[in-house]
Amino acid sequence: MSAAVEITAIEKRYGDTVSLRSASLSVRPGEFMTLVGPSGCGKSTLLRIIAGLAPQTSGEIAIGGEPVDHLPPKARDVAMVFQSYALYPHMTVAENIATPLRMRELPRGARLPLLGRLWPGVGERRARIRAAVTRAAEMVEIDGLLARRPATLSGGQRQRVALARAIVRHPRVFLMDEPLSNLDARLRVAMRGEITALHQKLGATFIYVTHDQVEAMTMSSRVAVMMDGGIVQCASPAELYADPRDLRVARFIGSPEINVLSVDALIAANAGFAPLAAEWKGAAHAAFRPEALRLVSDGPGLAIACRVERVEGLGHETLVFLRTEVGGHPLTARLQAGAFALFSGDSAVARLSPDDVLLFDGAGQRLDRRHVTPTGGYAHG
Amino acid sequence: MSARRSPYRIRPGQILAHLVLLFLAFLFLFPFYVLLVTSVRTPQELFTPDFHWLPVEFTGLKYYIQSVTQSPVLTFMKNGVVVCAGILIVQLLTAIPCAYALAKYEFRGRDLLFATVLFCLTVPIQAPALPLYLGLNAMGALDSYFAMMAPFFLSVFAIFLFRQTFKSYPDEIIQAARLDGMSESAILWTIVVPASLPAIAAFAVFSVTAHWNDLYWPLIVVRSNELMTPPLGLAYFTDVESGENYGALMATAAILTAPLMLGFLMAQRHFIRGITTMGLK
Repeated sequence: MSAAVEITAIEKRYGDTVSLRSASLSVRPGEFMTLVGPSGCGKSTLLRIIAGLAPQTSGEIAIGGEPVDHLPPKARDVAMVFQSYALYPHMTVAENIATPLRMRELPRGARLPLLGRLWPGVGERRARIRAAVTRAAEMVEIDGLLARRPATLSGGQRQRVALARAIVRHPRVFLMDEPLSNLDARLRVAMRGEITALHQKLGATFIYVTHDQVEAMTMSSRVAVMMDGGIVQCASPAELYADPRDLRVARFIGSPEINVLSVDALIAANAGFAPLAAEWKGAAHAAFRPEALRLVSDGPGLAIACRVERVEGLGHETLVFLRTEVGGHPLTARLQAGAFALFSGDSAVARLSPDDVLLFDGAGQRLDRRHVTPTGGYAHG
Repeated sequence: MSARRSPYRIRPGQILAHLVLLFLAFLFLFPFYVLLVTSVRTPQELFTPDFHWLPVEFTGLKYYIQSVTQSPVLTFMKNGVVVCAGILIVQLLTAIPCAYALAKYEFRGRDLLFATVLFCLTVPIQAPALPLYLGLNAMGALDSYFAMMAPFFLSVFAIFLFRQTFKSYPDEIIQAARLDGMSESAILWTIVVPASLPAIAAFAVFSVTAHWNDLYWPLIVVRSNELMTPPLGLAYFTDVESGENYGALMATAAILTAPLMLGFLMAQRHFIRGITTMGLK
């Protein structure tokens, strides 16, 4: 069971500070949508508005085609996994996982502590809840921990309990708020795979908030990049990497960061390179990925004279940090290991194909083709 | 000769500190010791010029038996229990929701309300005593359990204390509970309150001690012997019956303080934890 989530022009203001400005997004049923952005961009706020935990100032949320703005969190059929796990500290793991079901299935009297056990006529429902708890626990491999209390569990185990508590009642939408950021690096990689697998197994809609672009790129069907309270671009991870619509997106996605030079600097170094239409008057940036650069003394493509600052061997690849001879801009090249012999202080020529250059205007907006001459503007000489 | 560096080596400063502490402990415990000793010796010994650490003539439990059989000490204790329990229960039932609202909800006027709570902390019971007395009189409620309890039903101290405790409770757990379908009152009583038991235990000790030992208010509103609380009963019986019998009087006092002592010893662990986690002293 999964549902589409339609977010329309959501705005959130706290007094004078605007935390979300007209954020719109449609999440398809069964999709793994990641909201990614630097801290303070409003992604967690948006998630809480979807859950109904915080009211929006204006705008609309619809889940499965129905507006839910008037509904309290429990009526929206969403489950949430929190960064701090938010387990009930005085309950056992089994009680934690059972809570959402107990609240929905058992009458008020039967939920009373002690006395509730004597409540008549709910034996069958209790058995059903127990079975559901066991199934959910098995799914995240914590069925051996059901009698323990959260305080006695490790971070990874607590994270699994929080996941089990979310999946136990089969909600249509899962909301996850940086669920992996309290885990150590090794566990984070493992849990990344498990959450993706869980998404495939459950087939529900996932909305996942993170500030970690690696999580966003590896787990999602689509990624929405948020900056300053708005959604800047929403696309598949591959498209986001290859075709960013905004310089901030280009910078945020990809590690090491994309190289950015002013177009003028590139033109000055390469006579005949004319990427912009003649009528374009403003400033413009040229951006290219570190792996687009080759350090060869001659060959086709644009050339930038550089000096090597630092070489970092990573085993399977090598990062070379360069500085342009003219202007002293920093550049990074990602090269195959062993393909060259360079040391800091050497001069080198960085070459790249004009097709790998992305152009952005002065405000950081990607320049459409009409501003770019059709051939890429490089006069092969 | 080099001193052995043992982690348990006692430094002169520590010795001094402990001497000071021992002296203070002696100062505080000595009157209580005299009370206990006097309850097991003849009253005449109290007036001999030389001080004896142990009774010259040990009377055993004689005065205790006298106290229990000949004075209504058990009635006083029952009254003490009724009044303290009544006050504490209503205080908790009112202060916990108030404190939770002040700690976790956003609403207009919240800060003003909280400022009022802080302000009320500074008002002693003696200030509104007369209006309270007149009010109870108008209701015809004087000389009753209700009259002894009513002024203390709303404890601003409890509201203040619990508000500070609840404020530090993680919001995410409360939000998780909302998503799980719990009502606001279920969240408060089944999720937040169990986590705040140390603070509640600490407050319970404060409240019970204060009202068990309170002489002022019962003295004003209670006249009947069968409604008297421990200190009032004790004061009353000093004058009337056992004027000369210090043994029986001290035995009664010992009996009346015993429940508090026992209660505190049992709740001590929680109490200390509550005080330290709240950073309150």
